[in-house]
Amino acid sequence: MKPAPFVRHVPRTLQQALAILSQVAGQDGRILAGGQSLVPIMAFRLAKPAHLIDINEVAGLDRLESDGKVLSIGARVRHAAFHAPVTDNRLAALLTYVARHIAHYPIRMRGTFCGSLAHADPASEWCLTAATLGATMVAMSQRGTREIAASDFFEGIMSTALADDELLAEVRLPLLTPDAKFGFYEFNRRAGDFAMAASLVTYSLVNGKMAQARVGVGGAEPSPRRIEEAEAALNGQSPDDDAFRAAAQAASDAVDPLEDHQTNAEYRRDLVRVVVRRALEHSLT
Amino acid sequence: MTAPTKFVGRSVARLEDRPLLLGKGRFAADVSFPGQWHMRVVRSTVAHGKLRGIDASAALALPGVHAVWTHKDVAHIPPIPFRLTGLKELEPYRQTVLAKDYVRYVGEPVAVVFAADQYVAEDAADLVELDIEPLAPVLDACGDTGPFDDTHATEPSVIRKGYGDVEAAFKAAHAVVTLALSTGRHSGVPMETRGAIARYDEARDILEMHGAAKVPWWNRDHIARMIGRTRANMHLLEGHVGGGFGIRGEIYPEDVLVCAAALAFNKPIKWIEDRREHLIAANHSRQQQHNVRAAIDAEGHILAIDNEFFHDNGAYMRTHAATVPDLSAAMLPGPYRVPAYRAVGHIRLTNKTPCGTYRAPGRYESTFVRERLMDAIAAKVGVDGVEIRRRNLIGKSEMPYDLHLETLGTHIVYDSGDYALLLDKTLALAGWPALQADLKKRRAAGEMVGAGVAMFVEKSGLGPSDTVRVEIKSDGKVEVVTGVASIGQGVETAMAQIAADALGVDYTSIDVVHGQTDRIDQGAGAFASRVTVMCGEATRLASVKLRDKLLRLAAELMQTEPAALDIINGEIVRRDSTGPSMTLAELAQARPGELSAEDTFLSSHMVYPYGVHVAAVKVDTDTGAVAVERYVIGYDVGKAVNPRLVESQIAGGLAQGLGGALLEEFVYDDNGEPLAVTFADYLMPTAREVPAMSILVTEDAPSPLNPMGLKGAGEGGANPVGAVLASALDDALQRPGAIVDLPVTPQRLVRLVKTPPASI
Repeated sequence: MKPAPFVRHVPRTLQQALAILSQVAGQDGRILAGGQSLVPIMAFRLAKPAHLIDINEVAGLDRLESDGKVLSIGARVRHAAFHAPVTDNRLAALLTYVARHIAHYPIRMRGTFCGSLAHADPASEWCLTAATLGATMVAMSQRGTREIAASDFFEGIMSTALADDELLAEVRLPLLTPDAKFGFYEFNRRAGDFAMAASLVTYSLVNGKMAQARVGVGGAEPSPRRIEEAEAALNGQSPDDDAFRAAAQAASDAVDPLEDHQTNAEYRRDLVRVVVRRALEHSLT
Repeated sequence: MTAPTKFVGRSVARLEDRPLLLGKGRFAADVSFPGQWHMRVVRSTVAHGKLRGIDASAALALPGVHAVWTHKDVAHIPPIPFRLTGLKELEPYRQTVLAKDYVRYVGEPVAVVFAADQYVAEDAADLVELDIEPLAPVLDACGDTGPFDDTHATEPSVIRKGYGDVEAAFKAAHAVVTLALSTGRHSGVPMETRGAIARYDEARDILEMHGAAKVPWWNRDHIARMIGRTRANMHLLEGHVGGGFGIRGEIYPEDVLVCAAALAFNKPIKWIEDRREHLIAANHSRQQQHNVRAAIDAEGHILAIDNEFFHDNGAYMRTHAATVPDLSAAMLPGPYRVPAYRAVGHIRLTNKTPCGTYRAPGRYESTFVRERLMDAIAAKVGVDGVEIRRRNLIGKSEMPYDLHLETLGTHIVYDSGDYALLLDKTLALAGWPALQADLKKRRAAGEMVGAGVAMFVEKSGLGPSDTVRVEIKSDGKVEVVTGVASIGQGVETAMAQIAADALGVDYTSIDVVHGQTDRIDQGAGAFASRVTVMCGEATRLASVKLRDKLLRLAAELMQTEPAALDIINGEIVRRDSTGPSMTLAELAQARPGELSAEDTFLSSHMVYPYGVHVAAVKVDTDTGAVAVERYVIGYDVGKAVNPRLVESQIAGGLAQGLGGALLEEFVYDDNGEPLAVTFADYLMPTAREVPAMSILVTEDAPSPLNPMGLKGAGEGGANPVGAVLASALDDALQRPGAIVDLPVTPQRLVRLVKTPPASI
């Protein structure tokens, strides 16, 4: 479990980082931020990048601030930054609740929000959050900067729209309205494991009826995504058991489940139904 | 004359903890020697195949690579021998240290690379090209046998045990209960992986191997023989050991390879196993399928048990040979009266990691089978699980109870026990009637909750002998040199407590030496819950002998009679409290080299502790998640030298038992590719999954086979966990006999919940 040889670059500025990345992108050059996924993969030699660009010294990438519309999260912001609310917006409460489900404490102290998104594990809580809330990804390279919508970003299991020479420099999450409701639930066999299914929901209440519902499902398909059928089952309804069950069933019917040796498609569908319903129930607490 | 017991029976603090808590432990990976080479094992990536060739040229060309060995370099080394239960017919199935003509499991050592550091060694190992012609793997131990080689099939032997007229009992039976049950493949996964560091000292002509554990003396003798040395010029040395559980410390290919290479190259050779290797290379265990039936009378009394089972031993027969299936067959009857019994155990080889013993070997499996059977009998007769057990328990008045079976070269005679009393005490601690009432109420309210009980008899204290030497050093400190090993169980503390009482000194003034073959010539090691019983009594005997000698020598110097003297807190004093006294240091300096004694404890029978586990569970009907809400353990250990250490052993065992019941499983795909090779896929219970527990340690049945009444405590925490959780889950589901396979995964449970009983 020793990695194959690699060169570690330690740029101090974003420009240096992007310059090195453009040079080594063709040789499987990778960004090293928290290293909580990449380093184990390298130890198993499932990845053998010849170059690592360690961005932990790059100034400015630790930005974590709100402009009143979006929360901007820089590439060096760790999961643990969300252990306590980062703003007084509802979004911060949501992020704090979700964060505690990410792996274990030592991992949260090192791993980064943007790193999770760039790694794009299907079960990642942050990927689910980004997909559900409609995050904007800010990808930078020597060629320039572009913004990628969450719905275009995730392309499959550990696969994203990022080009080899692009750094996910920042992620922007839209703030929630003050009356927004959110709920989250994930299922795994042990505390801290990858979710076998997870759901994040948000909605507003207009005259006692749900509106602008967002129902995200993660861990069940190659990428997390919003489930329109489930959202349709909520909008215009009262937040009650009937509506929640209908949405949960719609989500369960809509997914094309991943299968592995401990989870067949039928069971994964069952779990999707459960996590969506429980996320919705959580929204009432 | 016996000194008053000041330390035995008390939960004094562990002597072992200080270096461990300060991070000063010295584990295998901490051992290094100047100029050492690192060894990396090239392992088969194919479950079954013909090994046509190995091309190491690219590896050898890499800077920093010193050598690559394949089978031809070690062809003179015989296969790894059997340590226990070594039936003759199993010998053709032993493992060579590197694969010869065939590979038989993913992870089998095929070649080794020796290089300047671990990184280069691993780079080079990746460059060794294996030419393997794939063959169809055998993965099901219950199906058709396949070829092991040109002349041997994959069923090396069938174990048969029994007594009484089974056929007649079934003919006369009021009813017959039949079950098909299986336990899943899992194993002990110590926090410290294996490691071996060999060094040849040419000046002294001594070969040392560091990283030994469990059975250093046996391993010294046999590794020496395998590589053409003698036990006199080879030493095995144990450092701190991060867990054993039966799997650590046996002779594996890597141990032999580092020793052979240290001699061949005259360089220190270091090998440290990584976690992925550990999960495919170290012994697996537990995978058995049982087809069992019981003949019963109208009240549910057992008339006979007839059990045919298939033991999946993986690709080879390793050091434990037939031990696990033999114990499964021998220990199945447990605490119940079984008038006639027959066990037929098929030892089967499959193209998976070879197997050995794991904490409560053969009993975790057969307790699951027996206790499932008891629950099925209860359902058949229409009484509850507690009542059916009471009806069948062996009574206190029937002790000692001859089981008419043999295992590990001993005749099984339960030495003492009051099983019904422990059942009463444990149920009382669990608040059984109130628990039942509460569960009933919650079930009526829609919750899926239930409770179960499981009982078992353990074995411990395997002989045949242990020798201990006790010596007073010139500074007055006491050294107890043993032939056992410390795998974390608290050997130093327990032995020090016993010696302290016998000698009349404080237990903290005692150094207990273990696992060093250069300090004592013979030692049986640490396995089969034997250490406290065997080494404990040997320590007491040697300490009593030394005390007599100390008093005799002191009496000469103090011009009095030995009977007039006593040893209190390490000081020799007159019983009448008059005149001068003498410290042990003064005596040691006055009679240099004389203050030591050695004695041996011999035992041809094991001693049999026993226990009761009670569990209450809740099933999440939507997800299949299981929450263990209550867990209560009663265990009779005969005499607890240190009750807290006994409780800790039980608590650790429960965690492992829970893993095998709900989480841990070495899963393979259809090609024999292992799917659980990291801790992301091999799910060990963590602090969040292990329930709070209540542990009752009783001393109602001291063993008559040693003066202190000791029995072992190593395995009773793990033994019945699968059984009791299955029972509790049945109760939660309100479906007797629903749980037939371990581990019970959430997916399997949800399927049970969703499927009507009739269609299963």
